Amino acid sequence: MELKRTLVAVLLVIGLSPVAMAQDLDTEKAIERYRQMLKADPWSNPGLLDVDRGETLWATPRGPKNVSLEQCDLGKGPGKVDGAFAELPRYFADADRVMDVETRILWCMEKLQGFNRADLIKSPHPSGGQPVKELGAMATYVANKSSGMKFAAKLDQPKERETVALGQALFNRRSGPFDFACTTCHAETGKRIRLQGLPFLSNPEEARKVIGEWPAYRVSSTHVMTMQHRLVDCFWQMRMPPLELGSDVSVALIAYLAKTAEGGEINAPALKR
Amino acid sequence: MHKIAIALGLTGFLAVIAVVPATLAQQRPTVDAAKVDAAIQAAFPTFPTAASDWTPRLAPDETMKQCVANDNLPPKAVGDAIMAREKATIQYPTDGKLVGDWKKGETLAQSGFGLRFTDYPARDRPNGGNCYACHQLTKTEVSYGTIGPSLLAYGKIRNFGEAETKAAYEKIYNPHASYPCSLMPRLGNNKVLTIEQIKDAVALLMSPDSPVNQ
Ligand code: HEC
Ligand code: HEC
Repeated sequence: MELKRTLVAVLLVIGLSPVAMAQDLDTEKAIERYRQMLKADPWSNPGLLDVDRGETLWATPRGPKNVSLEQCDLGKGPGKVDGAFAELPRYFADADRVMDVETRILWCMEKLQGFNRADLIKSPHPSGGQPVKELGAMATYVANKSSGMKFAAKLDQPKERETVALGQALFNRRSGPFDFACTTCHAETGKRIRLQGLPFLSNPEEARKVIGEWPAYRVSSTHVMTMQHRLVDCFWQMRMPPLELGSDVSVALIAYLAKTAEGGEINAPALKR
Repeated sequence: MHKIAIALGLTGFLAVIAVVPATLAQQRPTVDAAKVDAAIQAAFPTFPTAASDWTPRLAPDETMKQCVANDNLPPKAVGDAIMAREKATIQYPTDGKLVGDWKKGETLAQSGFGLRFTDYPARDRPNGGNCYACHQLTKTEVSYGTIGPSLLAYGKIRNFGEAETKAAYEKIYNPHASYPCSLMPRLGNNKVLTIEQIKDAVALLMSPDSPVNQ
């Protein structure tokens, strides 16, 4: 409640609206004001609303089987959320797959709660101005429970190593009408597209600075954006079709990014442009 | 790497890359190409329009395969083969005129519209060339990217020369014809822009009255 009141105050002060957000420069200014507010009061981070929402969703009996996700094993044993995100992605024997946090929550929603996977992945990400969907809110909650820790996914099992290697190959792969790869935009220091800074993501030093910020509250679209959603957006710029949530491509890219960011601090949800 | 290559110019670039690739190639993990292709096919199960519009996007063509295999720094022989292959794709206006309307060129340089999955069903709106995403072009537009070199005063520096005008047309149509494994899209070859639009982009660069040359 207290949090909500602070947030409303923040939004009023900044005068946030999707229209005002349309301009890059306005966005930069809004971010700067946000940063000041956050310094004064860390609880004014609007992403924390979705952490709360995610925590409630996690613990609420839901789905056809009417159970909560408290028995969901994120890798550290059923129900263990603290620190789990810091060790993801990882191989899960029950699914015989490597999974990132969102893919794992999707799996738990399907297997434990009985939700229909096809329904969950049909439209998994919010459009601008809409709040992050339920799965994303829970991923934000889980990530937040590793805030302050360092990325420590081992990714040393054969299947995990294969996944990271696939991610690296995908990161370099050029196709589509613009011949883009992730490397077109993320393989050099200090480049930008229009005014948007482009981190050099295959560089451990730069990856460590930004990968731990996701899921992030995105000022330009006024909602929390998860890493799976971030990838959809980048593939959109690449003129590729919509990336399926939980696909091997999505997991492999996230595993590659997390491996590159190993040792970087987690600070999710952070504030992004 | 790319920045260095641009600074050195093409000749220097080719000399540098002739020695680099062997070491770079060793750092790449070994992943079965068929496995990568299968993962891509499975990851993009839905298309906003007919599959025939989209499935070709999922696979790199021969040039892109060669670029990726060499981390975009092909050894000379591969680079020469790419330039020859890509040069052969360039189509020229039938009337031989390479310079269109710079005002239309400015509009398409600003626009990133087209071919994104949210741009369907097709609208009555031309694709953009998105030049400002990667290039500085005019003094007035401060929101420009830096993936490509600044094109400020492009025509003026080149005395609005005829050969340079042709080179600009060819660059926009297919950058790999002169710079193998360029990061710039093949806007003509890949049918992002029409020949008329490419002429307009050439005009933006090469017309004395274009804001690029003020
Ligand atoms: C055409 C350019 C382009 C391509 C290609 C591209 N991205 Fe991005 N990416 C961006 C932009 C622009 C941003 C930052 C957007 C912003 O500032 O809001 C970004 C941000 C990101 C971020 C968040 C970085 C941060 O600052 O926290 C990640 C992670 C990312 N991209 C991954 C990828 C991956 C993986 C691929 C390949 C599948 C890819 N991108 C391809 C343009 C691109
Ligand atoms: C994704 C980024 C990107 C986009 C979009 C892009 N370019 Fe480029 N462009 C580059 C890069 C990188 C180079 C340097 C390599 C080369 O010459 O091919 C370049 C080079 C050029 C050159 C040659 C520069 C020189 O020094 O001679 C011209 C001319 C040019 N671009 C024009 C355009 C125009 C016009 C558009 C829009 C229709 C455009 N570019 C869109 C990235 C881009």
